[in-house]
Amino acid sequence: MTNDSPDAALRRQIAVKNFNFYYGKYHALKNVNLEVFKERVTAFIGPSGCGKSTLLRTFNRMYDLYPDQRTEGEILLDDKNILDRGVDLNELRAKIGMVFQKPTPFPMSIYDNIAFGIGLHERLSRVDLDERIEWALQKAALWDEVKDKLKQSGMGLSGGQQQRLCIARGIAIKPEVLLLDEPTSALDPISTMRIEELLHELKREFTIVIVTHNMQQAARVSDFTAYMYLGELIEFGVTDEIFVKPKKKQTEDYITGRFG
Amino acid sequence: MSSNLARVRKIKNQLALTVSLTAMMFGLFWLIWILATTIQLGVGGFSLTLFTEMTPPPGSDTGGLANAIVGSLLLIVLATLVGTPMGVLAGIYLAEYGRHTWLGKTTRFVNDLLLSAPSIIVGLFIYEIYVAKVGHFSAFAGVAALALIVIPVVIRTTENMLQLIPDTLREAAYALGAPKWLVIGKITLRASIAGVMTGVLLAVARISGETAPLLFTALSNQFWTLDLNAPIASLPVTIFKFAMSPFKDWQQLAWAGVFLITLGVLSLNILARILFRRRDQ
Amino acid sequence: MSQESPSALRHRVGDLVFFNLTRFFAVVTLLLLAGIIVSLIHGALPAIDKFGLSFLWTAEWNPPMDRFGALIPIYGTLATSLVALVIAVPVSFGIALFLTELAPPWLRRPLGIAIELLAGIPSIVYGMWGLLVFAPIFAEYVQPALASTVGKVPLLGALFQGAPMGIGILSAGIILAVMTIPFIASVMRDVFEITPPMLKESAYALGSTTWEVVWNVVLPYTKIGVVGGIMLGLGRALGETMAVTFLIGNMNFFNGISLFLPGNSIASALANEFAEAESEIYTASLIELGLILFVITLIVLTLSKILLNRLSAQEGTSS
Repeated sequence: MTNDSPDAALRRQIAVKNFNFYYGKYHALKNVNLEVFKERVTAFIGPSGCGKSTLLRTFNRMYDLYPDQRTEGEILLDDKNILDRGVDLNELRAKIGMVFQKPTPFPMSIYDNIAFGIGLHERLSRVDLDERIEWALQKAALWDEVKDKLKQSGMGLSGGQQQRLCIARGIAIKPEVLLLDEPTSALDPISTMRIEELLHELKREFTIVIVTHNMQQAARVSDFTAYMYLGELIEFGVTDEIFVKPKKKQTEDYITGRFG
Repeated sequence: MSSNLARVRKIKNQLALTVSLTAMMFGLFWLIWILATTIQLGVGGFSLTLFTEMTPPPGSDTGGLANAIVGSLLLIVLATLVGTPMGVLAGIYLAEYGRHTWLGKTTRFVNDLLLSAPSIIVGLFIYEIYVAKVGHFSAFAGVAALALIVIPVVIRTTENMLQLIPDTLREAAYALGAPKWLVIGKITLRASIAGVMTGVLLAVARISGETAPLLFTALSNQFWTLDLNAPIASLPVTIFKFAMSPFKDWQQLAWAGVFLITLGVLSLNILARILFRRRDQ
Repeated sequence: MSQESPSALRHRVGDLVFFNLTRFFAVVTLLLLAGIIVSLIHGALPAIDKFGLSFLWTAEWNPPMDRFGALIPIYGTLATSLVALVIAVPVSFGIALFLTELAPPWLRRPLGIAIELLAGIPSIVYGMWGLLVFAPIFAEYVQPALASTVGKVPLLGALFQGAPMGIGILSAGIILAVMTIPFIASVMRDVFEITPPMLKESAYALGSTTWEVVWNVVLPYTKIGVVGGIMLGLGRALGETMAVTFLIGNMNFFNGISLFLPGNSIASALANEFAEAESEIYTASLIELGLILFVITLIVLTLSKILLNRLSAQEGTSS
């Protein structure tokens, strides 16, 4: 990294090394090398089908749910390879939270939506649980809007509120990393803005990786940006540099809209 | 010339559409005719004694269907209680674990066969493996036969309803580090509970009218009994006996029974649809 | 995995138990089919031993003499089911066409439900209603009319001869048709609905009439599914018990091919005679009838399923 990176004291959270990913015979990710830093926002951009979501979903091994998928190489989380067979996926996913393209509230109350995740990993007293839920909702900037209707169904909230509920649910289990897969693509501009503001707050405590097809969003929220194309990592660096003076012609073409 | 062709095409079209409309009327005609006569003849036999008195012996001119109604309710409730959990669990396997496995695919296929297989064969099967062994007909055997009819219906709906749940909801739960059994038990099953209940209601509707599987399992009983180890009366079998009889009073009772069953079964069908529709919105 | 937290252990045990529990019941379902076949074969053994394959084409059914053959019930089962299909297939096609192309959208749902309710009416109701309401009317008005019109046509006329009794193969077949219509119609409607709208629109854009679109585009596109639906209806009709038992007349003699004549079907022979069968060979013969019925329906239903699966596979690849 260059010296004018946003912060000199960078600590590594995730390291992707010589990583390849296959869906059946299809080679979806080709020899990717990348580092994600603690308490920073890293954005993955690129045209659809470039593999940015696939890469994100390897960080919590979401691909394990489906048959016929295969990996090569290493992904180190705190220097431990999460691709190892012996890794307990439930514990891995307790450390790495995820928010999806569309809001995914569970069919239960707002309170239970958050309590569900906490209950999986910790046994808290009622008071502690209440406190943790309030903390998570505060962090997700949703508390003021829902504090009087915690017992109501999470499905009754607006799209933007539902997405913040999902963020609250994700951070309530105190993960180290939060993965966001195009979290605002189904939302209106005002909800999108609120979530972007939220990311600025959240990166003080969490490492954030966001996939987005919206380049302005990547420029606004991220510290580091990776540009991917056809399964390859074309360029990775400090966001300002990627957007102002990209090293590769391909990146420049995509960012300036000559190709998309 | 070409306008002539156009005319022929138009007439052909009109004709086809008229025939199609006629087919629709034909279907509705039977529904209305059957329901109308069932109501007309059934309501005539309706009285309080229907629910208070036992089925009459031959030659008697009073009597009701009390033991048959209670017997049917008992058989239906027990068969549903036995069959539903088995069907739900197998349905969960098909939707959540076995989508791509050999066992899953084969079971799905076999279950579809069982769904449409003749119900009298189920009765024959229970007779062979149970009634013939213990040497007498019993309510237990009737419950077993009806449960075997409930299971495929519940498996099918449970699987279908679980498949309607988007994978993103499952992924969201796994992303929190939830183990699979909790994802299924607390999230996907919960999200599809209305659909699963619909399946159970449809299964209840189906067994409420089933006669053939009871003929050689529960048989029938002229008297009041709650002994599960003895033959027990049920509405459908009683109707069968009475409708075939030459006695007018018995036929009258059979009509009342038919009215009861039809009312019950159609209400269940409609209730199931309303329940499922509400979930859609 | 050296030190496992208690919650991780609990989750692993939960997963293991739950998975095996659900798999167990899936296996039970699978074994059920095998169990039915094995138990029927076992029960039928005395009859299989005694009569051999000739059971299939022997027309004698004589309990007092302990001589049994399956021909009459097999004929009755097939004849009633064929009569049912001849009526139900065109009617179901018309209904499906009406529900998918003709009916105004607000009417589609209620009409569809009405047709499905026909399938909800229990078979015992069809039976009793058929015997006590339909048969007398059928004997008084419809059968004489048929005999004096179609009955006079050469060849075909032979099917419509004899005394109008109201019950018999034809009336059983008609009631069976009404019971089968909802099954066939709902499969046809479902498969018609999977025809890609673009395909239909292209045909309409060429100036086709509704009928031409259905006949030349929808039907060819879905024909596998349509045949699958018909097979499903046939599978249902073959095993239908109570309605046929009331109406077929339960006659174990073959008196001619007229559809006015009474007969017997496998399912109604079982329903009427099984609980009263005294001798071992009588019971075994009835069970062998059941076995024959089960094997025939399984073949028909398997074909139906394969055809319908093929349609959805084709649908999957073309989209």
